[in-house]
Amino acid sequence: MTNHSNNPTIGGKTSMKTIREAINDALREEMRRDPTVIILGEEVSGGAGCDGEDDAYGGVFGVTKGLMPEFGRERVIDTPISEAAIIGAAAGAANNGLRPVAELMFFDFIGVSFDQIFNQAAKFRYMFGGKSKTPMVIRGTVGGGWRAGAQHSSMLHSIVTHVAGLKVVMPANAYDAKGLMVQAIRDDDPVIFLEHKVMYDIACEVPDEQYSIPFGEASFPRQGNDVTIVAISNMVTHAITVADILAEEGIGCDVIDPRTVSPLDHEAILESVEVTGRLVIIDEGNPRCGLATDIAGIVAEHGFYSLKAPILTVTAPHTPVPFAPELEDAYLPNAEKLMVAVREVLAAGRSGA
Amino acid sequence: MPYSTEFLLSAYRTMKTIREFEERCVKEFEGGNIPGFTHVSNGQEAIAVAACIDLSDKDIIGSTHRGHGHCIAKGCDVGGMMKEIMGRATGLCKGKGGSMHIADIDKGMLGANAIVGGGPPLVNGAALAAKTLGTKNVALSFNGDGSANQGTVFEAMNLAVVLKLPHVFVYENNGYAEGTAANYGVGSNSLTDRNAGFGMPAECVDGLDFFATYEVLKTATERARNGGGPTAIEAMCVRFDGHFIGDPQLYRGKDEIKNARKNQDCLKIFRERVIAEGWLKAAAMNAIDKEVMVEIETAVVDALAAPHPDPATDLMSDVYCSY
Ligand SMILES: Cc1ncc(C[n+]2csc(CCOP(=O)(O)OP(=O)(O)O)c2C)c(N)n1
Ligand SMILES: [Mg+2]
Repeated sequence: MTNHSNNPTIGGKTSMKTIREAINDALREEMRRDPTVIILGEEVSGGAGCDGEDDAYGGVFGVTKGLMPEFGRERVIDTPISEAAIIGAAAGAANNGLRPVAELMFFDFIGVSFDQIFNQAAKFRYMFGGKSKTPMVIRGTVGGGWRAGAQHSSMLHSIVTHVAGLKVVMPANAYDAKGLMVQAIRDDDPVIFLEHKVMYDIACEVPDEQYSIPFGEASFPRQGNDVTIVAISNMVTHAITVADILAEEGIGCDVIDPRTVSPLDHEAILESVEVTGRLVIIDEGNPRCGLATDIAGIVAEHGFYSLKAPILTVTAPHTPVPFAPELEDAYLPNAEKLMVAVREVLAAGRSGA
Repeated sequence: MPYSTEFLLSAYRTMKTIREFEERCVKEFEGGNIPGFTHVSNGQEAIAVAACIDLSDKDIIGSTHRGHGHCIAKGCDVGGMMKEIMGRATGLCKGKGGSMHIADIDKGMLGANAIVGGGPPLVNGAALAAKTLGTKNVALSFNGDGSANQGTVFEAMNLAVVLKLPHVFVYENNGYAEGTAANYGVGSNSLTDRNAGFGMPAECVDGLDFFATYEVLKTATERARNGGGPTAIEAMCVRFDGHFIGDPQLYRGKDEIKNARKNQDCLKIFRERVIAEGWLKAAAMNAIDKEVMVEIETAVVDALAAPHPDPATDLMSDVYCSY
């Protein structure tokens, strides 16, 4: 197996940081380093024009807290509720010397701004014969678990992954979140950076210094030879849970977190399946034309002869996200559902190589 | 007396019902009985009631994330609403929608909407249907000072003018879009002037004054019903609670909410007016207060006892009409 970068240790001090803090650190340090980096979105600071405290929210999830006091309202821009204008301004500014980080408070709001993303920002470089660069980041919160209902809980990564010209990043821990955000800001292409709203408080050791993680390189939160589990974003949590339980039974799970879904580290997945012959993909997105079927397709096409059992996928069902807790819990993929699939794939098919 | 006793009692009862419903939602949310994001509209009751009191079930309204008051004013069952907000199977939307998606098509309530600016284009559609079918029904969209800045709303206003649709755009200007001041987010000095710029009659009214609000909306609704096209009404009001329940509201001035509850309470203003004019007796309204308390208490007790949805049957249903 080639040695893909798996959280290489970086010299110097580390601190326990949540994903929220890690992204905040990345933004702050990049803004200090590069005066062309700006932030814009709704409530990214909060309190604009109000009598009370400034920086009242720092983003509704607190991710950009403290940045406006340091960099001022010229660089941390609270906008009216106008997502098409926000994304368009970011794309246009990116073509004209800035490196904007635009926020969609909930990524579901991509709906009101999608033309500026997929017809405009994503296609400029190609349509203009490679003559333009659009170094922008769109941050958005994704995913269910908050009982936030059908219009605030979607997992729409597959929609943006489908669009050529966009890069799509989905960190699953604070270390990756920081390094990937730094890369997203420095990258010359439009990058969609998707933050799962149930993960913000999850912490790990994060280097204090600034570092970047290249796109298209998976990480391996657990390694093993019996079955490959591909998981992204919050699903990595479930994959690790399952891998740790099975490890006690002597079953080795190779957990692959692609970290970026566009570009996607095909090689890491194919090389792992070459060893294990068994693959389960867990994805919070809807099942049709989704990340899980995409990866299954890639492995079916390029790794067919390595497979000892049919590929299984664990995804949300083909429904919007329901509100009631019982329904939302049933909707979301989890460790139990993944365990069932992993055991099934372990029991199925041909044994031996 | 310019208003019938029946009208006045009905207006008071509905406003009071909204107030109690919302304050109870805050309590139940804090007690852990309401999941998710919940936005309450206490303080803004007069506008919802003034806008809906003359509408029939065939007239359509489209609401926002802050939709409980609009629902109640349009005649949605408070028991069914409370069950929905608590995510119960017998809620108005079977627990699938929640606070931000309450809808009751039979009552002409097209739905709350968690996408800011999502409603007005749809309400244009309801107005277009009414116009095309010649039903004489009208459609009314609720908007905020924040949603006023959404491109979808601009487009909807222009289309309504172009097609002369029976659509009344109501802008509840409570001064805030989350933690952003209306006077920051609305670039124009006056939202009403901007609305007029779309080519429709536009007026600004004191939304704390039920009667003033009712009169301008009545004119607007009649204009729409008689083929006169859209109108935009901006109603100035106050939000008594946070943007969502649990909002620390750091952006609000010191004592702002306390003062508003004391001096800018549309229910108190209504009571004082009708008593001063000799239109209603305090005792009649006190009696309504008691009945409303019982109604809301019953709604909560019933909702807490209501069945939860069953994932086995309810998760996959209702995605399509046919499969
Ligand atoms: C398209 C979209 N953008 C942003 C949001 C987040 N959001 C919900 S309500 C709100 C503020 C709305 O302000 P306003 O229209 O004044 O209504 P109010 O909350 O004051 O009733 C925002 C920004 C959203 N739900 N949908
Ligand atoms: Mg407002």
